[in-house]
Amino acid sequence: MSATGIGAPVRRKEDFRFITGQGQYTDDVTRPGETRAVFVRSPHAHAKIKSIDVGAAKKMPGVIDVLTGAQLATDKIGNLICGWMIHSKDGSPMKMSAHPALAATKVNCVGDAVAVVIAETIAQGKDAAEKVKVDYEVLTAVVDPAKAQAKGAPQIHPDIPNNTIYQWHLGEKKDVDAAFAAAKHVTKLDIVNNRLVPNAMEPRAALADYDAGTDNLTLWNTSQNPHVARLVISAFIGMAPEHKLRVIAPDVGGGFGSKIFIYPEEVVCLWASRRVKRPVKWTSDRSEAFLTDAHGRDHVTHAEMALDANGKILALRARTIANLGAYMSTFSSSVPTYLYATLLSGQYNIPSIYCEVDAVYTNTAPVDAYRGAGRPEATFVVERLVEVAARQMGIDPADLRRRNFITAFPHQTPVIMAYDGGDYNASLKKAMEMADVKGFAKRKREAARNGKLRGMGYSTYIEACGIAPSQAVGSLGAGVGLWESAEVRVNPTGSVEVLTGSHAHGQGHETTFAQLVSERLGIPFENVSIVHGDTDKVQFGMGTYGSRSGAVGMSAIVKALDKIEIKAKKVAAFMLEAAEGDIEFKDGKFTVAGTDKSAAFGDVALNAYIAHKFTGAELEPGLKETSFYDPTNFTFPAGCHICELDVDIETGKVDIVNWTAVDDFGTIINPMIVEGQVHGGIAQGVGQALMEGAYYDAAGQLVTGSMMDYTMPRAHDLPSFHVGLTETKSPSNPLGMKGCGEAGAIASPAAVINAITDAIGTENIAMPATASAVWTALQKLQAPKAA
Amino acid sequence: MYNFTFHRPTTVRQAAGLLARNPDGKLLAGGHSLLPVMKQRLAQPSALVDLSLVEGMTGVELKGRSVVIGAMTRHADVANSQVLKDVMPGLAAVPGSIGDPQVRNRGTIGGSIANNDPNADYPAACLGLGATIITNKRRIAADDFFTGMFSTALEEGEIIVKVSFPVAKKAAYEKFKHPASGFALVGVFVSKRGPDIRVAVTGAGSNGVFRVKSFEEALKKRFSPKSIEGMSIPATGMNADIHASPEYRAHLVAVLARRALAKAND
Repeated sequence: MSATGIGAPVRRKEDFRFITGQGQYTDDVTRPGETRAVFVRSPHAHAKIKSIDVGAAKKMPGVIDVLTGAQLATDKIGNLICGWMIHSKDGSPMKMSAHPALAATKVNCVGDAVAVVIAETIAQGKDAAEKVKVDYEVLTAVVDPAKAQAKGAPQIHPDIPNNTIYQWHLGEKKDVDAAFAAAKHVTKLDIVNNRLVPNAMEPRAALADYDAGTDNLTLWNTSQNPHVARLVISAFIGMAPEHKLRVIAPDVGGGFGSKIFIYPEEVVCLWASRRVKRPVKWTSDRSEAFLTDAHGRDHVTHAEMALDANGKILALRARTIANLGAYMSTFSSSVPTYLYATLLSGQYNIPSIYCEVDAVYTNTAPVDAYRGAGRPEATFVVERLVEVAARQMGIDPADLRRRNFITAFPHQTPVIMAYDGGDYNASLKKAMEMADVKGFAKRKREAARNGKLRGMGYSTYIEACGIAPSQAVGSLGAGVGLWESAEVRVNPTGSVEVLTGSHAHGQGHETTFAQLVSERLGIPFENVSIVHGDTDKVQFGMGTYGSRSGAVGMSAIVKALDKIEIKAKKVAAFMLEAAEGDIEFKDGKFTVAGTDKSAAFGDVALNAYIAHKFTGAELEPGLKETSFYDPTNFTFPAGCHICELDVDIETGKVDIVNWTAVDDFGTIINPMIVEGQVHGGIAQGVGQALMEGAYYDAAGQLVTGSMMDYTMPRAHDLPSFHVGLTETKSPSNPLGMKGCGEAGAIASPAAVINAITDAIGTENIAMPATASAVWTALQKLQAPKAA
Repeated sequence: MYNFTFHRPTTVRQAAGLLARNPDGKLLAGGHSLLPVMKQRLAQPSALVDLSLVEGMTGVELKGRSVVIGAMTRHADVANSQVLKDVMPGLAAVPGSIGDPQVRNRGTIGGSIANNDPNADYPAACLGLGATIITNKRRIAADDFFTGMFSTALEEGEIIVKVSFPVAKKAAYEKFKHPASGFALVGVFVSKRGPDIRVAVTGAGSNGVFRVKSFEEALKKRFSPKSIEGMSIPATGMNADIHASPEYRAHLVAVLARRALAKAND
């Protein structure tokens, strides 16, 4: 291993500019003549728009124009769409409501945009926005997904009865019911997977610039997948032909899924720029982010697990209501279906699984993929059921897991996924050693002497990452293929630029991708730069989410590098006057086999471009190769997290005292970056388990609309993590990578809740398990004793 | 934020004059509560009168048997004051628990007290020590100063100049932080100065900071957690929100009072 090659903990190249404040985010980009967009948003969760009067607003100083949904319709700007078709169990297609970028006749959640002011400055725009008069007829709202389908519930979209988008299912109900009927033991749980607000550090932003001379539109925006944004905005929204629209996602400060989607604001900025013939910029403030970024999770589930007398799992069934909010966001339909129910087998050999999912509209912000997307919800269901079953049956929770682990691969689960490799016993064993499970009883006694209830919880999780084989996702309803592309440009001086369709918004691709190239071509790490996030530079790409940049994005780079080697060998053969088949390439040097004749990579690169040693008939000049890589399977990162915590008996406050994470991510390019991803993921999962929860009141107002009420995890809420690795290579991609971006967020909530319930001796507690909630649970447990 | 005029007087008299000339003007004394609501356009004072250049409004001094703190003294400066840590570390702990380093290096004691946020920490210390709030017009006992949520005895144009805390032999503050904001979900300040025993609670009450007379009475026998063991306060009148029920807040008052007493006796 070289100091900068695969496996080296190289410091991140990109951090210098980030840490010194020299990053270039969308809001940092300015265009001559730039104007600012200020949105007029609905204060009501559910209301008819009787009229909008923009007359007074238009007369305000600095106002260039005030636009409404009626004009949007006149200009034939298409609706926002959800790009993943789900069919209900009766075969009918999902029911997607119209989602105009500006609401014209009805608003369906607080924050729904009804008009936009285009002004010289933000302050002038805000002044004018206050003068836009909207006459609303307020309607009753529904925010609770469990109540959305009830008879008499407010009808959100006129064409969608019972607010029901689809009633989907997966698995064989008959088999599952039979297994339950014969089971010795059944564990049942009611689970709410709490709604989360993503809160990326950089708020969403868009800057649209229409060039009347060329009729070209350029959009800078905070996107995890600029090509997908361009495709949707062009093909579905009809803003401009694809070749007349350029989308640039420059430095992006965190996404966690929330920046995958196509949002109304960027559509409106593009449209407005063309109308006013000036650049239009919008940058979300934090309050708007809380209201309008797509939220995550929000499932209500009843789940059951059937076991035989020996603790062998026979079957699992779950019924989930998934809240998709007021409109279907770009990939919302896939999250509670193919990203969720397909993982309900966990790490276990479960013969039969059946899952039913109803997706519903409510008068809340749209819900879509958020770090883990469906897989945290699945893991929480499985790992809570396993833990509770073990306790009910008097079996050690680790032991019950071991009895059910899948140990032979490939393994076909009853819910589509074919696991291709892993060693679940290895990660459990290593985690138990690192967490000193043997010493737990002693530590628990010591904690009790200090008024603390100590608990320990496991989560042996699995996820499907590296999404995904295009044909497979196509058969499941995806509107796109999920391959990735790469172009490797070797310059005449031997330095290399890699153009990738992956997008970095915190992941460190400029470092890890360069490590791959450095290792593969034997050239200095510093001589490689990574280009991403610009549809005019990068051929096409599907972007970054679902822990796919390594397994899919880097695989595409590997394929392009393979082609570079082949071409470079041809050049070297002419240079060294040898047969192509005799050229060997190692450590950045081309050698004629069995001789000391060699050429350095840089010399070969130069010769490829000056083309003095071969004719055009023999070989094309240049050294640039492209690859589109389509994976053959998902990848299956898996591992074991163990949470040890104390509950303060008097206050209910939870303190995590020890966290062990042992993950199998396959091949690792940069262990430091991987560890960082694990840390961040755990922090988000602990946030969900202990602190975070988006609450709407009955009228549909977001009660947790700021950092004053929405609790984000902070450094002091978390212990120093003990992070370990096991490694089984993924057989499904050339590097053997599995992906690490979501594991922490997927594994950790169940570990926390398993530990709390272990500590206080209850079966279940809802997330977020705040001090108040834990204290209340303790009171209920003590009540019978006191009576 | 709406437009406003910005004034930076150098004397209290000038500041008072500016307030008189700008009836809907506001004093700026740190601004960590005021500026966010102005940014959200929820407040629109026509003028801000910044007190940061007014002379003689900062510092922590021991004067006889009292600690006198200038109204514009930053939380960080009070928390780190050696004078205060020597005579009454329990009071120094109060500003040390406020917000984060940025807040502690901008926010001031006068600003906090004048705002009287029902979850703020300083009101508990003032009431829990029987402080005297000294304005440009008069001296007001803490017992008379805090008149309800975001409400004080301050009159139009009245400016807090300093706060005088009697030095108590025993004093301590225990705070259970609001998980999101870091304000006091419940905070309890206890003190004993000769026969004067005080237990003041912030965060919990729907009418702002209050004293727990039943605890104070019980502590007269012995200033010890044991004296209030098993005692509680009723949940009526406690705040209710998504973060804590009235019952939980009432419960925390007793728990934190016991912990504060143990700390004060340490």
